Amino acid sequence: MSPARKVVSIAVTLAALAALNYIFEYGFGDFYINPYYARIINLIGINITLAVSLNLINGMAGQFSIGHAGFMAVGGYTATYLTVYHGRQIAEIFGRSLTDPVGSSIVMIPSLIAGALAAAVAGLFVGIPSLRLKGDYLAIVTLGFSEIIRVIILNIPAVGGATGFTDAIPITNFFWIFLMAILTIVITRNIGTSTFGRALFAIRSDEIAAEAMGIDTTRYKVMAFVISAALAGVAGGLSGQLFANPLNPQNLNFVRSIEVIVMIVLGGIGSITGAVVGATTLTILPEALRSFDQQFPGLRMVIYALLLILLMIFRPQGLLGRRELNLSWLRRRQRKDGSVLA
Amino acid sequence: MTPVLEVRNVTMRFGGLAAVKNLNMAVPRGALYGLIGPNGAGKTTVFNVLTGVYYPTEGEICFDGINVEKKKPYEITKLGAARTFQNIRLFADMTVLENVMTAHHLRARQVLADAIVGTGRHHVEEAETRHRALELLKIFGLDRVAGEAATALPYGSQRRLEIARALATEPKLLLLDEPAAGMNPQESVELMRLIRWIRDEFKLTILLVEHNMKVVMGICEVIQVIDYGEEIAIGTPAEIQSNPKVIEAYLGGG
Repeated sequence: MSPARKVVSIAVTLAALAALNYIFEYGFGDFYINPYYARIINLIGINITLAVSLNLINGMAGQFSIGHAGFMAVGGYTATYLTVYHGRQIAEIFGRSLTDPVGSSIVMIPSLIAGALAAAVAGLFVGIPSLRLKGDYLAIVTLGFSEIIRVIILNIPAVGGATGFTDAIPITNFFWIFLMAILTIVITRNIGTSTFGRALFAIRSDEIAAEAMGIDTTRYKVMAFVISAALAGVAGGLSGQLFANPLNPQNLNFVRSIEVIVMIVLGGIGSITGAVVGATTLTILPEALRSFDQQFPGLRMVIYALLLILLMIFRPQGLLGRRELNLSWLRRRQRKDGSVLA
Repeated sequence: MTPVLEVRNVTMRFGGLAAVKNLNMAVPRGALYGLIGPNGAGKTTVFNVLTGVYYPTEGEICFDGINVEKKKPYEITKLGAARTFQNIRLFADMTVLENVMTAHHLRARQVLADAIVGTGRHHVEEAETRHRALELLKIFGLDRVAGEAATALPYGSQRRLEIARALATEPKLLLLDEPAAGMNPQESVELMRLIRWIRDEFKLTILLVEHNMKVVMGICEVIQVIDYGEEIAIGTPAEIQSNPKVIEAYLGGG
């Protein structure tokens, strides 16, 4: 893409997101979005960011991490802390208040950056020693890490401890959620089609051969891990400051990590569009099945589990496998020009 | 001229077992050097020591003037020594082209930020990498299957692809671990020609570890024979063929 076209597409994306955001908040004429649907759509966006970022390490690099909720917690609490304790000052520097859309957007930027950086640092500290481990061992270390984070947060009164960070100021909106989701998709896609992506795929495929090709496997695994953690931190920062959705250590336990793993497994591990499909499906599905609960309380989760089991029996590679869904997919499939990556 | 690869008194012990004992090697620049020996002689161990998979218990390995006995495999590849594997190790979920493009990784000048932002440098380099990879595949007659899955190729083509992939790292020294393993005589002959041609065309040094005597005798200029981890003979193919120690090692002592 030429630089000019790139600028145009970025501008169009931002404008479209801003317009949709306006509709979300103020409606369009007589049309208002049902707050319940709005909430689900926002959660889809956050889950897309989580799933696509986890896909970088679990799917593309083939390392099995089950501590994504831990990075989400680190990023989420850091970002929310910054807004709660310094947000007002930051907004005042620009002569704005935290309650108006411009002021909250100005605060959102440092807040998300802080969340991403904190999660990236956590990723680095966990990644450097643990990524020498393989398979189950890495899974256990990452699980342990996320539980440690959770327990630490439980014991910090300034962020609410066990009651959750209820002081959080709801400055997250549709615009930021989907901007970050798109950004995450673009970053992982660009990594995937570069020499770095090929290095990660090589590691996933055969670590010994990858080393023989001159790929510093540990370094690349740590790199993928740090980027993945930073993006999870962004997702945490978004979800913690979403209206009526405070961060709570209870919701950031390992069940949350597993949820994200299920999303990428369902969509097709290693596929970015698969992660998007998985995140969307698994956010909508439990809500869509709610009507079952009215007749038989609890039936919802039984059906949910059954659907997952059936999918894994009949399509163990996930909905998309390692393929990517895009407009030229059909053409490419026939042409076989060697340009299809993972 | 100094040898491109020099091995001095290398010993490799696994517990009480010395798989390689006091080995010395000097591979001249531009040579086709064969390392042979009967089953269990320690050939693959030597190979793994040279490529950094194992660190030798004792001794020195000098590659192009740099000590590499404590270096990791990727560092050794970076210095310019590429290898193939006895049991082919292609990247199974990549295409033929991507396998070769991956190996070009070492020579990449772009940084991660280039890739993420999608800078001009990134696009230019990706196109270059693809172009070079295709050229390399053409040399090996694999350009027409560039888009196929690497593991869908027939065995002989997979071997050639592995060599092409190793060459994509732009090595000074190419280490081939039993390249003729699993090949029929016809394929072996073609492979021998190919190996010699690669040496001349790319102007590099080739070290060959081989079980198949015919392959080694056919192309190598210097042959070193080891048995039970120790050198038993070194010389030209003609000298090796008539060496009683070698005959005894291969056919068994009377």
